[in-house]
Order: sequence, then structure tokens, then C-alpha cells
Amino acid sequence: MSRLPYSSDTSNSHLKPLIGDWLVIIISIVAVFFMFQQFWSFEHASQLRIRQGNKIIGTYDLNQTRELHIKGPIGESIIVINQGKVRFKQSPCHNQYCVHQGWLSHAGEVAICLPNQVSLQLLGAKNTYDSLNY
Amino acid sequence: MTRSTINISTTAEDHHIAKLTALAIGLHIIEAVIPSPLPGVKPGIANIVTLYVLYEYGFATAAWVSLLRVFASSLLLGHFLSPTFVLSLSGAICSLAALYLAQQLPKKYFSAITLSICAAFAHIAGQLIVVRLWLIPQTGVIYLIPIFALAALIFGLINGLITTKLINQKS
Repeated sequence: MSRLPYSSDTSNSHLKPLIGDWLVIIISIVAVFFMFQQFWSFEHASQLRIRQGNKIIGTYDLNQTRELHIKGPIGESIIVINQGKVRFKQSPCHNQYCVHQGWLSHAGEVAICLPNQVSLQLLGAKNTYDSLNY
Repeated sequence: MTRSTINISTTAEDHHIAKLTALAIGLHIIEAVIPSPLPGVKPGIANIVTLYVLYEYGFATAAWVSLLRVFASSLLLGHFLSPTFVLSLSGAICSLAALYLAQQLPKKYFSAITLSICAAFAHIAGQLIVVRLWLIPQTGVIYLIPIFALAALIFGLINGLITTKLINQKS
């Protein structure tokens, strides 16, 4: 078995990255940074779509202040739109997950109240994919 | 002592590969029991062995050690032919391909650190391709890419530094 020659010429460098290594490290850091920018840049939503059961109740502009009352099988869900963000203010459901989810403002975000079959979906300029519209 | 009916003749090189693979399997299994905050983010310390072998004995031996390690570890951990095994294998194949290409770079400027980072990125790329095509066929997987890429960079760098230290100690 032959030992490759390049184990010997690293003997003078003690744990020190060589110039090419620095290049690779810097390129990698830049690449990772751009990946975060590319994949994690959530655009602000412009519209809100509300579904009740299997029908779309309506699509609303997010840049307004408005309170919506949506009737579902177990009662009335109150949804508040407040200048670019939206939340469930009140819901007749037992565990209140939808209310605790708080304000939504990014395109692609959803809040669902399963017991009352009401869902909020935020839409941006281009629709992002998620498990709801996949 | 009963004599074995099957006699496989082994060369010294086979024994050598077996020893190095045993070391890699050991590291792989140690890593398997370390809990990870996010499934899939692992330091990949077994790759240190692959890199070390690549430098000391060449690409062919490194490929043997890496692939044998994947097969043997999956048998020991009970993952053989499961999605975990396929992910492990696709990662290993991609990182070997990256190592093959990266070792062509001039040694004067690029050390084991470059090879380690390239291998780590290729490893996660190979795994994410399998995840996207087979396990989770959804575009939502792309949100995970930055986290995995960052982990690959950090662990690739650390493994590369450890390998450099090992090679320096040897020579």
C-alpha cells in the first residue's frame, strides 16, 4: 500500500488553514448566509383568506383595521385585522390554540381553529407552498 | 476447535481496511447515541476516519472504509435498508464523490479542511435530495436547507481541523 505524498507536505503547517482553505471557508459562509436570506426571507402578507368548512368565506385586504365574526358549527370566531397582521381574538373552541397562536403577518402563515372549522391563511404577492395548498 | 468450512483468503490490505472501518463504526455508533436537537444535525465524526484514510492510504481505501462503515453500522443499529440507512448511504456516496473531486485541488493551497467542508456539504446535499424525492416530497423541505448547511459548515470545519491535527501528529 502506498502512502500518498501529500501527508508529508502538511507537516510544516500546524493546524493552520492554508490560503485555499480560507477561500473555501469564506465562500461557504457567504453561501450559507445567502441560503438564509433566500429561504428564510418571509415577505409580508398583503391579503387574508378565511375558510369555514370547505368554502372560502372571503379574501380581505390586510391593510385595514377590522373585526370579522365568522360563524362555525360550535359558535362564532372573532378575527381581528390590524394594519398588516391578523389574529383570532376569540374562539368558542376548548383548547384555544388558534387564539394563542397570536398575530400572523407573513405570507404563507396559517392559523386554524379545527373545532370551529375556521382557518386563516395569509397570502403574499406570490403564493408560497405549505401543507394547506400543496 | 471446529474448523470453518468456508475459507476466505484475506490480504493484509483487507485486514487494514477492516481495522480502520472498525474505528469508523465505533465513532458512528457513539454519535448515534448522542441526542441531537434537530434530527439530521450530527457532527459526523466518523468522517474524520474517512478523511484520515484518504490522506494516508488513498481514495480507494477511503471509499471502502466509508461504505463498509455505513453498511456495518446500520446492521449494528438495526437501521439496515430503512430510510435512515438510505440517508446515510446517499450522504456517504455524495461526500465520497466530493472528496474525489476535492482531492484533485492543489495540495499546496488546500488542506484537509477544504476536503472536510466539501464532504460535509455534499453529505447533506445527498441526504436532502433523498428527503425531497422520497421521504418528504414537499417544497417545505427548502426551509431546512440553511440550518443543515450551517451545521455542515461548522462540523465540516471542526472535523477538518481534527483531521489536520491527526495527520500532523503522524508525520
